[in-house]
Amino acid sequence: MAELTYRQAVAEGIAQEMERDPLVFLLGEDVADAGGAFKATVGLLERFGPERVRDTPISEEAIVGAAMGAAMTGLRPIAEIMFSDFLATCWDLIANQIAKTRYMTNGQISLPLVIRTANGAGSRFGAQHSQSLESWAMAVPGLKVVAPATPADAKGLLAGAIREPDPVIVFEHKSLYASKGEVPEGEHVEELGRALVRRAGEDVTIVALAAMVPRALDAAERLREEGVDAEVIDVRSLVPLDMSTIASSVAKTSRMFTVEENPRLCGWGAEIASIVAEGLFDDLDGPIVRITTPHVPLPAADELEDATVPSVERIVRAVLAAIG
Amino acid sequence: MEDLTAGAAPPASGIDPGRIELYRLMARLRAFEKRAYDLFLQNLVKGTSHLGLGQEAIAAAYGVAMRADDYTFCTYRGHDHTLARGVPMAPVMAELLGREGGLMGGKGGSMHLTSVAHGMMGSYAIVGAHLPIAAGAAWSAQVRGSGQVAVCFFGDGATNIGAFHEALNLAAVWRLPVVFVCENNLYMEYTPIEAVTAVKHPAADRASAYGLESILVDGNDADAMLDVARSTIGRARDGEGPSLVEAVTYRHGGHSRADPAKYRPESEVQEWFARDPVLLYRTALEAAGAPTELFTAIEADADREVDEATEIATASPRPSVSIIDRDVWSDGGSAWRN
Ligand SMILES: Cc1ncc(C[n+]2csc(CCOP(=O)(O)OP(=O)(O)O)c2C)c(N)n1
Ligand SMILES: [Mg+2]
Repeated sequence: MAELTYRQAVAEGIAQEMERDPLVFLLGEDVADAGGAFKATVGLLERFGPERVRDTPISEEAIVGAAMGAAMTGLRPIAEIMFSDFLATCWDLIANQIAKTRYMTNGQISLPLVIRTANGAGSRFGAQHSQSLESWAMAVPGLKVVAPATPADAKGLLAGAIREPDPVIVFEHKSLYASKGEVPEGEHVEELGRALVRRAGEDVTIVALAAMVPRALDAAERLREEGVDAEVIDVRSLVPLDMSTIASSVAKTSRMFTVEENPRLCGWGAEIASIVAEGLFDDLDGPIVRITTPHVPLPAADELEDATVPSVERIVRAVLAAIG
Repeated sequence: MEDLTAGAAPPASGIDPGRIELYRLMARLRAFEKRAYDLFLQNLVKGTSHLGLGQEAIAAAYGVAMRADDYTFCTYRGHDHTLARGVPMAPVMAELLGREGGLMGGKGGSMHLTSVAHGMMGSYAIVGAHLPIAAGAAWSAQVRGSGQVAVCFFGDGATNIGAFHEALNLAAVWRLPVVFVCENNLYMEYTPIEAVTAVKHPAADRASAYGLESILVDGNDADAMLDVARSTIGRARDGEGPSLVEAVTYRHGGHSRADPAKYRPESEVQEWFARDPVLLYRTALEAAGAPTELFTAIEADADREVDEATEIATASPRPSVSIIDRDVWSDGGSAWRN
């Protein structure tokens, strides 16, 4: 094990796969010379050269489109979209082209490509540079979606995504880039579609993703002081979704909470809540509670942003209020 | 690519066999599209359909000039471009009819014809989306050193969408082996392109913005098209980078379905019908000494091929609904949860 930051782990994951497979290429704005807007690709240009690590113009459709054309003709490209908010500028390529091509061509074309993007709030960047958009991607058949919460997963899930034969969007979290954690040395690859119980507990299940995982864990510590033993599940992969880990936990605790950074409507937690309500209704002792950002664009100022995104305090209060 | 010159009648002596091959291909495309329209009127072609009647010389010239492993990217108006790569007529027809024997088993439809085995990398129905994708395929060919070229066809309307400009710039900066072919048929759906475009020639006048040569060609002149196709593909293959070609042409029918195209002045329509690329080319070849029997034979062959394809396609069963949840993922399935 080595202690790495989340951003170093991203670069390690890419390097591991570029080393293993000469067909892996990286392209995006400022990814080569500058090492990435979030410094998550530092060192890759020096190590793999300008043919495999390529700076692009500010042309999101060209970046994602080129990745698609390359993936259908033998390469395994990794395209970086600097902020997830910018996915909106190339959503046609992602949602209409990349997601649907395998199906529409009756399986003739596979697209082994990864789109990495910096997601989420915490940097006071305002409404166009802070969104949590994984639910957009989750809503489109044909896309796989992961969102790592730890440095180990930043490396392992990214490596797993690169090895997938189908398109994967990796939502890296901006406010986690500086976080540190143990990362396995040597080859580290995580299979997509596995949730993890980050903290075992008996009383309630808290399901969280990305930057909401450390908050849910902090909330669980606070809840312990209040006599509530919370189990915290890191979803990690929205598509494919590991419902069996979530279902076993809910069957045990009989209460489920989701902690979602996305605005309220149609967040990923709504889908999980509906599956649990349909399949585990008799196991539940009370309503499922979703703790989300309210249905507003994100404000910029410190106090406003902090009060908008779910906080440790809000999670604790919501759980205590629900279980009475 | 299959030998398209192989037919009942021998090629006329003294004429470049490539020209006869090109004419034969154009005649086949013409016969196919006429039948597709008939079947649409009979309500056998479902959904929508965008015909290439009147624009055959462009797809055919590139089809003749391309190497078997080159890549084609085209639009929803892509029946011609698909057949021009040697894809047999029957599965194309069956796809239009929504049958099991369709090129994509009925999952794609008329607007998404794809046959990877023939280098036909897809027909794209969101205007302009495939330009960056074609650039990506060219990038892949470049880094793999395969010598392949990507040819990307699109309409005049596509020159006003952002993806056009993003793709042209990227292709120029990376010197990609890609040829962008604008089929300027003077209309974007129902609006004349000149009414909504800042320059007279929507593609050619913008080439200089990407450091490219301005190439304007009569898209109804098959010989001129073949020259341009050979030179632009040659440039790309020799590592000299991308080209942007504007081929001026005209569609004989409406934009799609049964559009009567009443928005076009009658005099303009007459003028362009007199410049029908198939007719023009036949006249040119006859003037060069090709015998009338050759054309009679080529047309009879094309009609027979279309008849056979129609028979196979109409006899093909309806798709089984069991394929609905197949092939979202590479494992053949569509599972999203455990
Ligand atoms: C992004 C987008 N906008 C609008 C449409 C609807 N549409 C389909 S074809 C078409 C006209 C395109 O004209 P042009 O590019 O000249 O091609 P042509 O059909 O003439 O071959 C339009 C507006 C679309 N498919 N995609
Ligand atoms: Mg047009």
